[in-house]
Amino acid sequence: MTDMTLNPGASTAAVPGAGLPEKISVRGLKFYYGDNLALKTINLPLYSHKVTAFIGPSGCGKSTLLRVLNRMYDLYPKQRAEGEVLLDGQNILAPGQDINMLRARVGMVFQKPTPFPMTIYDNIAFGIKLYEDLSKSELDGRVEKALRGAALWEEVKDKLGASGLSLSGGQQQRLCIARTVAIKPEVILFDEPCSALDPLSTAKIEELIDELKEHYTIAIVTHNMQQAARVSEYTAFMYLGELVEFNLTTSVFTAPAKKQTQDYITGRFG
Amino acid sequence: MTDHTVKAYDQDLAALERTIAEMGGIAEKMMADAIDALTTFNVDLGRAVVASDPQLDALQRDVEQRAVLTIARRQPMAIDLREIIAAIRISGDLERVGDLAKSIAKRSIKIASEPRLPRAIIGLKHMGELAALQMKDVLDAYAQRDVERARSVWARDVELDALEDSVFRDLLTFMLEDPRNISFCAHLLFCSKNIERVGDHATNIAETVFYLVTGSNLPVDRPKGPGHDQDALLRGSVPAPK
Repeated sequence: MTDMTLNPGASTAAVPGAGLPEKISVRGLKFYYGDNLALKTINLPLYSHKVTAFIGPSGCGKSTLLRVLNRMYDLYPKQRAEGEVLLDGQNILAPGQDINMLRARVGMVFQKPTPFPMTIYDNIAFGIKLYEDLSKSELDGRVEKALRGAALWEEVKDKLGASGLSLSGGQQQRLCIARTVAIKPEVILFDEPCSALDPLSTAKIEELIDELKEHYTIAIVTHNMQQAARVSEYTAFMYLGELVEFNLTTSVFTAPAKKQTQDYITGRFG
Repeated sequence: MTDHTVKAYDQDLAALERTIAEMGGIAEKMMADAIDALTTFNVDLGRAVVASDPQLDALQRDVEQRAVLTIARRQPMAIDLREIIAAIRISGDLERVGDLAKSIAKRSIKIASEPRLPRAIIGLKHMGELAALQMKDVLDAYAQRDVERARSVWARDVELDALEDSVFRDLLTFMLEDPRNISFCAHLLFCSKNIERVGDHATNIAETVFYLVTGSNLPVDRPKGPGHDQDALLRGSVPAPK
């Protein structure tokens, strides 16, 4: 196991692209579910305006890591994180961190589409109204912009009053993305955003991710190896709570440095 | 290496590798027989070489078809992807080696009708042996995923190039000595070029093996011998028109 463990700070040393601005820097992060250590000293950068994919078998800690990045775990008792997660240099794990402001800056899209049981319009407007006090026309503009940003506007512009739940799965997921981008976050976390979608909807989401990275820093957890290879610039392979390999996606999927990474991405895992 | 969870995937890759090995065996034999036919003026052997080429072509198509299907079915990654790309590339090189052997065999049939100058053939025989050795070594390197062996094949091609230059010089001399040698020697010139090309394909395969194993590429520039310039040789040897 020793060769899997990356020394603190060493994980990015040999990575081409090191030196790029880091939107998020994970440093010496440990995470506990009660007494169970789920993340074992993770060191990792999320580069600004890049897509970073997290891959690894179920239970390896990739979703846990994602949930730390906007402190989603705070909702649950007995879960705690140690170490540092710097967002623009500020440690978001610090006690004084405003959780609501953090989640406005670091948005999240989940595996299953989770539209609110309200109209399409309100699904978007709801989040904006929590943070900003806008006139009706300004709000309309923001809703349209968000829906356009999520490549959903053309499909829903004539039925904004319909329930968000009336949309197809792929549309619901794009509605959730629209809801996320509406509040102008800086980072978007995708937790297996396409695992419940058909190939066409998946392609639309992937196209969207490609457009979104111009404005946002993106992290995506996916079980679909080809998807990771397609959408991301950097890939992190995790196993048993450790970061095994972090490198340019092109390297990871053509010539990974670690045998465990290779075994996993080629379908040889035990 | 650890097996794939999906066993049929391992079988697909193993079948590809077996077909490459089979192609390698055929190409090697074609090459050795072609040189034999050339140096012993053996028409029957020459015809046998020509006749075995379609088999190699069919196997190459088989490799390509399997490779395309495997890519479509399994979306290979990392070492698997490199295996498949390597199989496609190497099968292409081996098919070309077969073509070159066939071309030598055809010329061996032509020159067998008026054999001359056995001493002119000694250099070609030597070239043929060296090329055969390169082929054998590089196919072993592929079978054993042996990077060092691949690298040494890659570095040794310069010897074959040097030998070709010296054969070129000899043949030019024979042609100048007696114009009746020209037709015979011209055939041999083409043969020596073909053998040299076989060496280049061995080098290509060496590069592919290196990529297959390491995931990175050998340098673009191979070691080159001094004065590999046949134009200069030609200018120096042919008397200026009066």
